[in-house]
Amino acid sequence: MLKYDLVVIGGGPAGMAAALEAKKQGVKKIIILERAATLGGILEQCIHTGFGLHYFGEELSGPEYAYRFIKELEETDIEVKVDTMVTDILTGNVVVATNNTDGIIEINATAIILAMGCRERPRGALDIPGSRASGIMTAGTAQKYVNIDGYIPGKKIVILGSGDIGLIMARRMTLEGAKVEMVCELMPYSGGLTRNIVQCLDDLGIPLKLSCTVIKTHGIERLEGVTIANVDENRRVIPGTEQYVECDTLMLSVGLIPENELTRMAGIIIDPVTNGAVVDEYRQTSRPGIFACGNVLQVHDLVDYVTAESQLAGVGAAKYILSKSKQRGIKYIATKADKGVRYVVPQNINSATDQDVKLYFRVTDVYKNAKIVVTCGDKVLYSKKKIKLCPGEMEYVIIKAEEIHGLDKKDIVVKVEV
Amino acid sequence: MQYDVAVIGAGVCGAMITRELSKYDLKVVMLEKCNDVAMGTSKANSAIVHAGFDAENGTLKAKLNVQGASLMAYYCNKLSVPYKNIGSLVVAYSWDDMKTLDVLFERGFNNGVPNMEIISQERLRRMEPYISDKAIGALWAPTAGIVSPYELTIAATENAVVNGARVKRNSGVFAIEYKDEMFFLSTASGVIKAKYVINCAGVFADQIARMIGDHSFKIIPRKGEYYLLDKTENKMVNHVLFMCPSKMGKGILVTPTAHGNVLMGPTAIDLDFDSKLDVDTTIEGLDEVKDAVRSVIPALTTRNAITSFAGLRAHIDSDEADFVIAPSEKNGRFINVAGIESPGLTAAPAIARYVGKIFNEIAPEYKKREDFISTRKAPVRMNELSVEERKAIIEKDKRYGRIICRCEGITEGEIVDAIKAPCGARDVDGVKRRTRAGMGRCQGGFCGSKVVEILARELDVPMNQITKHGNRSKILYNKTK
Repeated sequence: MLKYDLVVIGGGPAGMAAALEAKKQGVKKIIILERAATLGGILEQCIHTGFGLHYFGEELSGPEYAYRFIKELEETDIEVKVDTMVTDILTGNVVVATNNTDGIIEINATAIILAMGCRERPRGALDIPGSRASGIMTAGTAQKYVNIDGYIPGKKIVILGSGDIGLIMARRMTLEGAKVEMVCELMPYSGGLTRNIVQCLDDLGIPLKLSCTVIKTHGIERLEGVTIANVDENRRVIPGTEQYVECDTLMLSVGLIPENELTRMAGIIIDPVTNGAVVDEYRQTSRPGIFACGNVLQVHDLVDYVTAESQLAGVGAAKYILSKSKQRGIKYIATKADKGVRYVVPQNINSATDQDVKLYFRVTDVYKNAKIVVTCGDKVLYSKKKIKLCPGEMEYVIIKAEEIHGLDKKDIVVKVEV
Repeated sequence: MQYDVAVIGAGVCGAMITRELSKYDLKVVMLEKCNDVAMGTSKANSAIVHAGFDAENGTLKAKLNVQGASLMAYYCNKLSVPYKNIGSLVVAYSWDDMKTLDVLFERGFNNGVPNMEIISQERLRRMEPYISDKAIGALWAPTAGIVSPYELTIAATENAVVNGARVKRNSGVFAIEYKDEMFFLSTASGVIKAKYVINCAGVFADQIARMIGDHSFKIIPRKGEYYLLDKTENKMVNHVLFMCPSKMGKGILVTPTAHGNVLMGPTAIDLDFDSKLDVDTTIEGLDEVKDAVRSVIPALTTRNAITSFAGLRAHIDSDEADFVIAPSEKNGRFINVAGIESPGLTAAPAIARYVGKIFNEIAPEYKKREDFISTRKAPVRMNELSVEERKAIIEKDKRYGRIICRCEGITEGEIVDAIKAPCGARDVDGVKRRTRAGMGRCQGGFCGSKVVEILARELDVPMNQITKHGNRSKILYNKTK
């Protein structure tokens, strides 16, 4: 059995940032296990720009953003195994992986960072009736075909869901000469970033149909068309609004699911709202020594935030590995999402935390001129008016360490006040 | 090309019969209109091995069902096909239902179904902890089970091919001429000559029979819609759970699958005679499944559905629809195997033997071979092996170390095996049925493009020639700019 101080599962932006940070903090033996043939994760197929505005202060493409970290990694002694799939996390932090050069590898790790990213919601989870024709695929799969494999997956396209990947693919397919008929969004608001709606749809004249969904697919071999319909405020189809749209491709951009198979196998507690692990402010999960960061923890809009979160996990893992005496008797304060807020990450904060804590959250609806309020018991920790809040954009507030130290054991509650 | 026997249709019956005939010293060809075997009813059904209490006493259905149920374990073992003898329960919700259970028990007893019992609410609850409070008892049939129907078809085909049978895919039959004791079958891939024909064309069997002037039966496609749920739901149901039967069939059932998922369905809607390709799911159908299952296991939802699908049963248009398995009255060398709706899958091994016997009577000139290979080599299934076994396999072939489908843990080696197998996979769905790559919760989102890549490499064609399920179901168009 191999022995490492830190095993990082996943070599995307989260895994790379976490490993680099742990190295900077003084962790010696680190290995990254990546299932794809290269490091970079999903960034490798995101050839559009818009990455790095916050972290690097410049606009990069996905591969460029990833390359900065890959280059930095090459200058360290962090080991990397690509084409390597982790199949199990056993008790005692033993990671089991397989690849086609070593066969099956077992690694004993002092700490583990989970950075497996997320996957797209498939059609089956949507319940769209109709045929099983080819030409129905997630936007991310389409993106891989176009940007990595170099093939066009369709010519006349309907996109269901206004998630960012769908919006990006609307523009990408148009640039490749395909006709993107429309983007249908079930909700009365978009799930993507405003900048993507403007740059990928508005600028190209692609209609965004809100409160609209696909209710049937047609075609036996290749997709021939879809039936769309409007929905009411309860997301029920409004009879009489059905419309047939001819198309050969239906791309789905209807949400991302953190890829937590390994996390579940490891018996780690999962937050039913984020579908990621329940963590503390250093992103440590319910299993001591196992940390989680990036889209496997919560789906982010911006890779810059993934990087920041993963560095936190890197620091946390380093502290865990390097501190000889195991911490005992930690008192945690829980965070709670209240009115207008879907979830809060981290779910727990060490009441004696040594740093300021950023609370990340998403709102449940579109709000204009609403107030974000964070309280603990009667104490108001934060209160600020925002011009616009929408579920498609992640929000955060910073709570100072000193303030946390002074709190009693009540929950920290985040809510929206209209 | 000239053959002794042509089998039309590569469903589970066609494949099992072709395997049965490959025991004889003759040339047999199986003709299939699709790009793969098991593309019709055999890939979209309840995947149940029925004990045999549904069919009326004295029918061919009853006889072949009970025989098939007792043969299934033997065949699945020989052919390395997933099969589990989990038993079935017909659940009663009222005293009228309890009376129906008595009727089923009597019928089953007369059909020769062994070891049935009518069990109490208490025992039912012990066997199925999540069952509805309203269930008051059940008919327990321990000989029932579950099987992977498309894998049985694929395995039987492979075994037949190893024994010398030919399989011609994309070879739908559109005309049949008979002269000088020879059938001339016009197919999409040319004319096939054969001395005997076995019609296993499923929902199209009536149209095939008409090509020789046999109008003795008509087949109605009876649609059934299903949900397949994630393996995370597999604690919710332990046995095949039926509701009390109705005129349209055995009603909606809930069952584990041979691979550990949960399957719920089917509905039963008779389609028009000309809708034999309509396997669309519908809002109404899927809602009906959800509603029905809620009454059996209230806590089971479709929140973790992996997919929904529909299949067609080949229902003979008659009140007492029995299997039609006999030489045609129009031509004694043409054997119809038609109307094989439920319990057709269960009966398939028995049907194959039955047809073998009929064939032997009408064509005694063919003798059995001594060198018939009765077992199919088990495919490598990495995720079923111990670490040591896996290590040993990867040592020999590194491709078994590269996982392509993360959800189901399927390696490149297994996918290449599926493509290289006798009558191997040629499209993405074919790989899926043989290996389970793409069968998991992400539905091929991660591995789909890799499977396309591997198919293109192994079949030596560009990626944009690879289809989802043959014909025009291409996945990719031209190259990017």
